[in-house]
Amino acid sequence: MIPNDVRITPELVAEHGLKPDEYQRILDLIGREPTLTELGIFSAMWNEHCSYKSSKKWLRTLPTKGPRVICGPGENAGVVDIGDGQAIIFKMESHNHPSYIEPHEGAATGVGGILRDVFTMGARPVAALNALRFGEPDHPRTRHIVSGVVAGIGGYGNSFGVPTIGGEVNFDPSYNGNCLVNAFAAGLADADKIFYSEAKGVGLPIVYLGSKTGRDGIHGATMASAEFGENSEEKRPTVQIGDPFSEKLLLEACLELMASGAVIAIQDMGAAGLTCSAVEMGAKGDLGVELDLDKVPCREEGMTAYEMMLSESQERMLMVLDPAREKDAEAIFVKWGLDFAVIGRTTDDLRFRVRRHGDVMADLPIKELGDQAPEYDRPFVKAAKPKPLAPADAPAPNDLGEVLTKMLALPDMCSRRWIWEQYDHLIQGNTAIGPGGDAAVIRVENGPKGLAFSLDVTPRYCAADPVEGGKQAVAECWRNLTAVGAEPLAITDNLNFGNPEKPDIMGQFVGCIEGIGEACRALDFPVVSGNVSLYNETNGKGILPTPAIGGVGLLPDYTRRATVAFKAEGEAIVVIGETKGHLGQSIYLRDIAGRRDDASAPPPVDLALERRNGDFVREEIRAGNLTAVHDVSDGGILVAAAEMAMAGGIGASLKPQTDLPLHCWAFAEDQARYLATLPEADAGALLARAAQAGVPAARLGTTGGRELTVNGGVPISLTGMKAAHEGWLPAYMAAGAEL
Amino acid sequence: MKSGVVVFPGSNRERDMLRALETITGTKPVTIWHADTELPDLDLVVLCGGFSYGDYLRTGAIAARGRIMPAIAKAADKGVRVLGICNGFQILCEAGLLPGVLMRNAGLKFVCKEVKLEVANADTDFTRKYRQGEVWRCPVAHGDGNYFTDAETLKRLEGEGRVGLRYAEGTNPNGSLNDIAGILNERGNVFGMMPHPENMIEPLNGATDGRALFESVLEAVA
Repeated sequence: MIPNDVRITPELVAEHGLKPDEYQRILDLIGREPTLTELGIFSAMWNEHCSYKSSKKWLRTLPTKGPRVICGPGENAGVVDIGDGQAIIFKMESHNHPSYIEPHEGAATGVGGILRDVFTMGARPVAALNALRFGEPDHPRTRHIVSGVVAGIGGYGNSFGVPTIGGEVNFDPSYNGNCLVNAFAAGLADADKIFYSEAKGVGLPIVYLGSKTGRDGIHGATMASAEFGENSEEKRPTVQIGDPFSEKLLLEACLELMASGAVIAIQDMGAAGLTCSAVEMGAKGDLGVELDLDKVPCREEGMTAYEMMLSESQERMLMVLDPAREKDAEAIFVKWGLDFAVIGRTTDDLRFRVRRHGDVMADLPIKELGDQAPEYDRPFVKAAKPKPLAPADAPAPNDLGEVLTKMLALPDMCSRRWIWEQYDHLIQGNTAIGPGGDAAVIRVENGPKGLAFSLDVTPRYCAADPVEGGKQAVAECWRNLTAVGAEPLAITDNLNFGNPEKPDIMGQFVGCIEGIGEACRALDFPVVSGNVSLYNETNGKGILPTPAIGGVGLLPDYTRRATVAFKAEGEAIVVIGETKGHLGQSIYLRDIAGRRDDASAPPPVDLALERRNGDFVREEIRAGNLTAVHDVSDGGILVAAAEMAMAGGIGASLKPQTDLPLHCWAFAEDQARYLATLPEADAGALLARAAQAGVPAARLGTTGGRELTVNGGVPISLTGMKAAHEGWLPAYMAAGAEL
Repeated sequence: MKSGVVVFPGSNRERDMLRALETITGTKPVTIWHADTELPDLDLVVLCGGFSYGDYLRTGAIAARGRIMPAIAKAADKGVRVLGICNGFQILCEAGLLPGVLMRNAGLKFVCKEVKLEVANADTDFTRKYRQGEVWRCPVAHGDGNYFTDAETLKRLEGEGRVGLRYAEGTNPNGSLNDIAGILNERGNVFGMMPHPENMIEPLNGATDGRALFESVLEAVA
């Protein structure tokens, strides 16, 4: 072990994000002062992002098992059986902070990272989605961030060749200084050919694959360059640069190599790069790992062990190979023009040993690096349960049509076409429902199966009542998958919160987890992968709690799917589920009545009802009885009807059977509801079947014309609604270009 | 019909194209690796969509100098049909097998949407199964599809019926000169177009309007 040429001062420890007691833990663990490289390794392994030290205790409470779950949380992504020997592999991950600093590259590398998580396990990516949260439209940085994030996501996914088929977008002042970019990816693999990160066998070659290592993305960028040693260049920015071209080559090379049978274990280099991937592979397999950093392909000269261990250069993989197949493996990588280097071996001594220029720069116990990471049971306070809004407390509008048209053009409600037309959503030729529907659907190569995907959370509900908000996020995702005819299988969760050291923020986290867990159990919708992003704060103000849920559903036959658009004139419109007039935390109350600070309760989620109504709708879709289906969510039933009308270019006449004030009926956000259409002649039978199943269902109206009318009132023009709905985002973004 | 799809590093619509060719021609197409120097005996060579070499230089510029390209030029000289879609069109232009260039979209953004295509010349090996003037639906997905050439060349292209397809009904997505979506070489056996007919061949895609393009070649080589 070489002696330290840098003194490990309390300041240096703090700059590595380690608390004094955490540093003491390191000293106790290794019985001596760590080297600078070792300090860097600990900081990489023990930070919140890699260790989940604040969240672990609560994540353990989530249901992660189910009859279809092949692999739950803990690997690169979750794996779920979809029958016929096939599996869907998926995960969602945040790239929030990098995207705020450098929107284009931050978002691009977020997509790159999640795609790698999926193909590391042997899957060919077949779908990408993204959940984006931006600051308020008037904030000076918002336009710049929207534009950069969308171009970054598109630029990466389009070049890589995965269809980006859906997602969600919100604008809120709480994201002014901290946008959220949550990227989701899913891939298909044979269920018996899944690759894991657990290394097996002593003395086997550890192979480095992909792009070269540079100084980009080095953790601990706050450190002054002088403290690194004389050869170190100035610190580069912490945001990595994405190269989708290399990633595409890496995908093809990895899949080819996996098919050859040479791969024993594989792990992508994501957060904390070489450190995290090598430690995880060794620790999972109860093996030591020895790395010779002189063998690592580098993009620049004179990199130190510290820099190499902490670099987050993109498009890199680590593999343990069958030594007999080393030559074949190398040939595949040379063919694809990628670096291939044996940089180490597995050992039997459970040490993580790193050499540079022949010197041992780090020698640490490998199991403890991961397993002994600090874990916190942080104090939390749960907010008091909010009271429901009194029905009389929500003012009625003068003109229903005017309000509806205005609602359809709100930043949170308008068409996202401007965004998704920048994403290639058609590549691979399997897109059955692209962006803009309740859930996106792809055909599983050659059919007849289909897969549905939806990302959902309503942050304002979570802020008002974390438990109900957590439940609602899962329920809405489940409902969206159901609304296209899919059987919801499992979820990945991307939990974005503020500073967990604040008890009220920790309370939001704990509450949301409680709600998510309850909904997942009730709906048999296990969590198979996920990511936690904490410290989403600027100037001491946290974001709205945003636990984004990414759900996957299965359609036995993709041709039996439902879409939002009205299909024909003169069809019956029915509503499934009950409308009780709940306006608390609704879009209407917040954006039309201007009650942004209202603290009333969000709509309650009745999970048994959710399940009963949803199961009924799914059966009806699969039986081919419904011509269009749309879930009722943000904005309520009238917005849902308007969206169906705009999508189909066909109007409707609505005659609600309700005792509620008209605006309560129109804009309430009661849960577990769907709108559906079917031929007039079949409507009676459908309502009878619903009654039999104990599902509330009622006739709402009839499709037809070019206008929407409610109770024979003033017709609301479809053209006007569409212009408002489609117009806001392009106009907003174009206004920025003129500045 | 014997067909083959050329794969460059960064090609990414080869699987879509292979499936379309197999579905429509009934014969499994071969995959041609960019580093090869010879082509098998083929009736149709397809350069598919993607981001060859990341499109980090001008789109198609590096692929156009790839090892397989002389063999493709030779085949084109002998009259073999060559079809370039999207990045393939860009490569054919960069290689000089088609005139002109594809610049950044006028809107400066990547655009993926459905457009309308008008058959500007139905008397070609690539459009003969359409009617003259027929308008059909087809998706585009590109960032650099803005066709440009000098006035002289444009005049020749138009005068010689070498504009095969045009964006119709105001759907030009990229600012292309004269709404040009696809052009032919002088001999009529090399065709390049930005839209993706291979993504419009079955009910799942919303329409099957793209099939006739492949059926045209099938008929031409029969």
